Amino acid sequence: MMSTEKKLPLFEIFVRSKRGLDHKHVGSLHAEDHTQALEYARDCYTRRSEGVSLWVVKSSDIVASQEEDASSFYDPMDDKPYRHATHYELPEEVNNM
Amino acid sequence: MNQNVNKQALFNYVLALGDDAITMGHRLSEWCRNAPFLEEDLAIGNVALDFIGRAQMFYQYAAELDDQGRSEDDLAFLRDCRDFRNLLIYELPKGDFAFTMVRQMIVDLFNMEFLEQLTKSSDERLSAIAGKCIKESRYHLRRSHDWVLRLGDGTEESHERAQRALVDIWGYTPELFMVDESEQQLVQAGIAVDRAALMSVWDNRVGQILTEAKLQKPEDSWKVEGGRRGVHTEHLGHMLSELQFLQRAYPGLQW
Repeated sequence: MMSTEKKLPLFEIFVRSKRGLDHKHVGSLHAEDHTQALEYARDCYTRRSEGVSLWVVKSSDIVASQEEDASSFYDPMDDKPYRHATHYELPEEVNNM
Repeated sequence: MNQNVNKQALFNYVLALGDDAITMGHRLSEWCRNAPFLEEDLAIGNVALDFIGRAQMFYQYAAELDDQGRSEDDLAFLRDCRDFRNLLIYELPKGDFAFTMVRQMIVDLFNMEFLEQLTKSSDERLSAIAGKCIKESRYHLRRSHDWVLRLGDGTEESHERAQRALVDIWGYTPELFMVDESEQQLVQAGIAVDRAALMSVWDNRVGQILTEAKLQKPEDSWKVEGGRRGVHTEHLGHMLSELQFLQRAYPGLQW
């Protein structure tokens, strides 16, 4: 394999496994642009019938929360159980939630 | 029409389509672990597998039609060069990446037209195979078209390589549209596709893509044919020695 010294941009790939479900992050790949990323995503991530829809997003366009912000971002929610929807019992028929 | 003549002609036809597919699939498979980068390696391997799967479908059908009772594997692995009926364009070495992609665009465009007509074949089996393959070819073309644009309208070097590939391949394209006597019988019976009739649409579409890719369509100054008669380039024997090695060295081996 030749090296990709001139690095192609990185794309994050999201696959919807079936209608009704949401797109899930499955991995990333390199491509020249969005069009090519979509084609490679098809070949890298859906060749075993894993999906019915694909999203590709340039990795550099994703803004992520930082580890060091965790205390102010997430901890305050821990002691507010009245916000958590954990007391509802889901009917069997609701498969995906 | 004489039933026997018809059956032999049908066998020849199906076998030739299988040979086209296996040679194309093998050439593409030679890119495995050699492609310019990992993503392309996976993608081109997928296309190779599509063609090998296509060969299997045609060979299975051919085996059912064969008077000599050969299996699909016998047809793929135990025939020598002169018995292969593939068109020459499919057996040409993979060359550089530009050559591979320019050839691919040319044959994908052809296959789109060809398979669309084959779905209308009065032979249900061929029509079903074509229906399956045409979806794959639509995707193959999407890729090869895309690459020809990138290469033709890319860097100076990629443009030059794509143009050179085009010139080297051009004389092998007329064979895609040649119909021999045996095939002609089947065309009249509504079984085979009249290849000659696909030429103008193909020519038009190739022209559009080349213009878009800033490539020059070569002059029709030379052409080579012979694949359907078993007269091949010097490259097929080398390809078969690799493709058939295992069955030749270990006859009947299975895994």
